[in-house]
Amino acid sequence: MPLLLDIVTPEKKIFSGPVENVYLPGVDGELGILPSHIGLVTALQPGVLRYLHSGVTETLAIGSGFAEVTDTKVVVLTDSALGEAEIDEDTVEAAIQRAKEKLASVDHSLDAEEVAYLQGVIAKSTAALLFKRRGQ
Amino acid sequence: MANLRDIRRRIKSVKNTAQITRAMQLVAAAKMKKAQDQALAGREYALRLTEVLFSIRNNFSQESHPLLERREGNRELVLVISTDKGLCGPINTNLARKIRLMTSADADFVTVGRKFRTMAEKMGRNLIADFTVKDPVPFAQTRPIAKFITQQFLDGNYDKVSIAFTSFINTLRQEPEVVTLLPIEGKDKSETRAFEAVGGGFSVEAHRNDPVRDYVFEPNPAEVLKAILPLYVNYEVFQAISEARASEHSARMVAMKAATDNAKKFIKELTLEYNKLRQGAITAELLEITTAMKAME
Repeated sequence: MPLLLDIVTPEKKIFSGPVENVYLPGVDGELGILPSHIGLVTALQPGVLRYLHSGVTETLAIGSGFAEVTDTKVVVLTDSALGEAEIDEDTVEAAIQRAKEKLASVDHSLDAEEVAYLQGVIAKSTAALLFKRRGQ
Repeated sequence: MANLRDIRRRIKSVKNTAQITRAMQLVAAAKMKKAQDQALAGREYALRLTEVLFSIRNNFSQESHPLLERREGNRELVLVISTDKGLCGPINTNLARKIRLMTSADADFVTVGRKFRTMAEKMGRNLIADFTVKDPVPFAQTRPIAKFITQQFLDGNYDKVSIAFTSFINTLRQEPEVVTLLPIEGKDKSETRAFEAVGGGFSVEAHRNDPVRDYVFEPNPAEVLKAILPLYVNYEVFQAISEARASEHSARMVAMKAATDNAKKFIKELTLEYNKLRQGAITAELLEITTAMKAME
């Protein structure tokens, strides 16, 4: 029985189709999902998501989010999902730099929302960068 | 009957109006495309988020999280997404009518968009906050709004928070909607979210018949709820604003197109009348000349 995987971001549906397995970057560590998995809802942290789709392993760098797993499907909701080709090291580094500068300038006691958001950007960008540079 | 010069003046003024409405139509059309794309792209995510909440509904009771708690009271807060500018057809008046029908008479308002703010003031309703968001709406700007209404709910100032906006159906159709945002109805969610009804009501319906499952939560249920519920509120506000913006630009485009067409029709009619009058005058003159000539003979 195949496993249906949906990866959705606020901008678009990244992937939807049958897969053999999925590896998710859960907050407590990587989770491997095979068909007939028990119902599971997990928070995701920025990291690498892998899935085996018709014999080929695909990898994506994803941001934080959630995944809902049932015996036949996996729904991944995340704020971003990028393939290796879509990650531009310079842009990502610039984004990290910008977020860090902004983080230094906002008042941490007053603007907790902004701080959390910027920390999110840094974590997400760093994960994308690590993914792009792996094996180098 | 109007004289020639009056008609000429009117043609000129109508031409000017047509030029302006045509320019506004083109601007609205460009913005409309972008706004529609954003609204449609966001629906999938909003829908999936709702689905996840819906499928884990039976793993929680109202006590699991303060945002789920249903209260006895009747104090209502309505977040209204209207437009900043006018000339966009009937969408603001339709929204106001829907609000009158669907919310309690003493509800307080939080507004996004200038139009409903002035309406609420005229109606003498209580306005507790007003937010301004850019166009197209960035996600970051909706967070303070979501935070504000969540805080009002958590502080116990209100027992129910609704959101009123214009749901985008297609370029020619937009529907005003009022939906309950808080408390989040984890169990027995009977009303469909507006964009579900539009974009994917079918799939939620299908989901509804699924057997209730028990879920395992990572790291634990409380943590998952703590993260997913505020995200849901945030995202719902964001999607509502995106929908409202798509509706606004579509409505304006259509309204301006109609105005341009009317102006063109009017110019045509006026030109016809102008030519008739001109021809009449020439004929009259010729007649006078020939009569004079005949008289001289």
